[in-house]
Amino acid sequence: MAKPVEQLESVVIRFAGDSGDGMQLTGGRFTSETALSGNDLATFPDFPAEIRAPAGSLPGVSGFQLHFADHDILTPGDRPDVLVAMNPAALKTNLRDLAKGGSLILDTDAFSDRNLKKAGYESNPLEDGSLADYQLHAVPLTSLTVGALKDVDGVTPREAERAKNMFALGLMSWLYGRETESTTSFIEKKFAKRPEIAAANLKAFNTGYHFGETSEAFVVQYEVKPATLPPGRYRQITGNTALSWGLVAASKLSGLDLFLGAYPITPASSILEELAKHKAFGVRTFQAEDEIAAVGAALGASFGGALGITTSAGPGIVLKSETVGLAVTLELPLVIVDVQRAGPSTGMPTKPEQADLLLVLHGRNGESPVPVLAASTPGDCFYAAIEAARVALTYRTPVYLLSDAYLANGTEPWLIPRIADLEPIQVEFARDGDGAFLPYRRDPETLARPWAIPGTHGLEHRIGGLEKANETGNVSYDPENHDLMTQLRAQKVAGISVPAQLVDHQEGADVLVLSWGGTYGPVQAGVRRVRKAGRKVAHAHLRWLSPFPANLGDVLRSYDRVLVPELNSGQLLQLVRARYLVDAVGYNRVTGKPFRAGEIADAVEAVL
Amino acid sequence: MSELKLSMKDFKSDQEVRWCPGCGDYAILAAVQSFMPELGIARENIVFISGIGCAARFPYYMQTYGMHSIHGRAPAIATGLAVSRPDLSVWVVTGDGDALSIGGNHLIHALRRNVNVKILLFNNRIYGLTKGQYSPTSGQGKVTGSTPVGSVDYPFNPLALALGAGATFVARALDVDKPGLTDVLRRAAAHRGAALVEVFQNCNIYNDGEFDYIREQKDARTYLEQGQPFAATGIVHDEADFATAFALAQLTWEKDGVLPLGVFRDVDRASYDQLVQTQLDDAAAGGDLQALVSSGDTWSIG
Repeated sequence: MAKPVEQLESVVIRFAGDSGDGMQLTGGRFTSETALSGNDLATFPDFPAEIRAPAGSLPGVSGFQLHFADHDILTPGDRPDVLVAMNPAALKTNLRDLAKGGSLILDTDAFSDRNLKKAGYESNPLEDGSLADYQLHAVPLTSLTVGALKDVDGVTPREAERAKNMFALGLMSWLYGRETESTTSFIEKKFAKRPEIAAANLKAFNTGYHFGETSEAFVVQYEVKPATLPPGRYRQITGNTALSWGLVAASKLSGLDLFLGAYPITPASSILEELAKHKAFGVRTFQAEDEIAAVGAALGASFGGALGITTSAGPGIVLKSETVGLAVTLELPLVIVDVQRAGPSTGMPTKPEQADLLLVLHGRNGESPVPVLAASTPGDCFYAAIEAARVALTYRTPVYLLSDAYLANGTEPWLIPRIADLEPIQVEFARDGDGAFLPYRRDPETLARPWAIPGTHGLEHRIGGLEKANETGNVSYDPENHDLMTQLRAQKVAGISVPAQLVDHQEGADVLVLSWGGTYGPVQAGVRRVRKAGRKVAHAHLRWLSPFPANLGDVLRSYDRVLVPELNSGQLLQLVRARYLVDAVGYNRVTGKPFRAGEIADAVEAVL
Repeated sequence: MSELKLSMKDFKSDQEVRWCPGCGDYAILAAVQSFMPELGIARENIVFISGIGCAARFPYYMQTYGMHSIHGRAPAIATGLAVSRPDLSVWVVTGDGDALSIGGNHLIHALRRNVNVKILLFNNRIYGLTKGQYSPTSGQGKVTGSTPVGSVDYPFNPLALALGAGATFVARALDVDKPGLTDVLRRAAAHRGAALVEVFQNCNIYNDGEFDYIREQKDARTYLEQGQPFAATGIVHDEADFATAFALAQLTWEKDGVLPLGVFRDVDRASYDQLVQTQLDDAAAGGDLQALVSSGDTWSIG
């Protein structure tokens, strides 16, 4: 008999378990099912840097949070409404985020004395009444899974136990009325080489689904209606996938072969892995011996006329600095992607932060200006990558593109772009000459120097890290020339054409919230909350950090107060205060977590 | 290709050469410039890339494409160029500090990958441009500005290092020995893949006389010949045999009274760019970007 269906506008679910429990896979699959049902959504995978921390331990807990709704949403949600905890450690580390009255789904089989002890519980929370404030669904997930799979041939008890995440997925799929076809075909494809494992996972998934239907532990089913998003065809996408495809698009739009030099580093490695798949687009990926070789090879490829790219995170970016400085003085195109993570040093490799802004702006010797832009959402990484390449190629300069661990792994529905509608990137190499070539004679408009690639007859020339005489490019120690060249390099970057800053203004607002990069979602969500509460506030989100949009000073000065929320100790804040002499204030947190909309709303309220 | 008639002067750039008078680099530059026309390669298809150090000024003096880059990184930069532009003849000019100290990692990896670059390692066993500190090839006990009572470091043997890194072409020449150097350059240029050529180069300011035993005594220059026993060592040379090359690379003037010049190793192995190109060719060309962005689970709204 069908159970009653309760309507909800939005739900936040967090899956939490051991890092070996398959929580990222479970969350990812549930996200796919949710996307196919037409909800708007945002996800936040939150996992430790350790691949398999000791089972049952607190540091080994891996989480995946998904927010889905029947309307346009911007964040993975401040706190979960539903927590699925696969063991006591997962309960212990995540319960504090669950709202009182929230739903709690626990695998009771995992609450052994041993596991309770590992998680630091003195008594069993299933028995001591400490969970009385929550809607508790205590389900023996492991034993139900193992029991269901005992008839599946060729599956060991250990393998059967490992399918418990699929039982949980099945149960959640029933609870929110999801179609099961996409997961069924996913499992069949993923385990195609081991049919018995495919059968076991399918059976676990279906058993979980039917358990929801029949068990008295669940009395209602929930429904979240499809969201009304702009019309079109959608898929879900992570920031790193979008960024990779944006780079491929830039290669196609410019007609240049893409060369990626990279060294594996969290959270940027998946860009290298994604681009390595796309040899059909002429993409060459070079896994270098180190970060320095990665950027060096990319610069060498650029010298030869390719679209040279290197991707990394903070600790690798630091190592690349000297080569980026070389690219500044060689005035060759180069895109350097920094997927920021919490620092200093190794810091917290899987956790987001925005603390590399001043590093990429200033972290080189000498006067060494580099344009910097930042992506704002996972899907925006696609467009930001194209923009970075466009500027690098047009102005013959290295360009820093900032992303972060939150954008890299987070997903959102993505309106699939029409490639034919993207604007081509015009690139012209210098043509064969008669030998009187001036490698540093600039285009009067862009100040870009000619890109004369080897193989071009008559344009043989030498460039290097030593200061160059204006126009000829010959080595020069002339004092006035160095001053001139320093100014020209600065003017070129300052003169890059970037769009005017748009403001999400509200009539009567005298407070402006100024944000940048990966905090767009939570900051805009916080602003909407403040407005919903009847207060007035404006929001401007920066894409270009260097150069700033020409109208930024006017924008800032047209408000009485400016609040700059950042996942650092006030880096953009320092820049705008110094540059525009506005008395902006910061809201700064470095917890390794993205902002919550609620804290942004509170911070705005505090300055209203 | 139309017939090229280039001469040594076609490879001289308009820049004034600024090494110290008497530096061994002049002889190497002259040998390279006079050998280049032999290649029959148009100047625009030749690129010299260097790092930092006295040797690294070399590209400025060649009328080809060139890049004077940063300390130790020339093999990495050259790798990116060589793999994305297999049509070019790419040369790296480096020194013992540049190649074996700050850039040691890039050197061994370029060799192991068999990147199609010709690496000329000018070994003067001293840091010249920074005014005379000991280098990774300076002998133990070397007294320099940074080692006032003698270096305690054990030096690198560049050829043994290159062989250990899997180099497919390894050779040694002497700055002032134009015929010997030219022979080696010729062989290196003909080798498809990574070639390491160590050139003993005299720094007459900070380490003068380091190689006088063969610089001053022409008859002491002993050349390797394929299939022939080397000097009185009894080692029959075989460029294709690793153990032979390695054994020959261990010989020193001090210990053995004879030092091999010429080609130690030369074996055929697919070069890095060729292997990369094969993978590109195997992928169905002409990727469809619209299909890529539309792939996976999709749904429609409106």
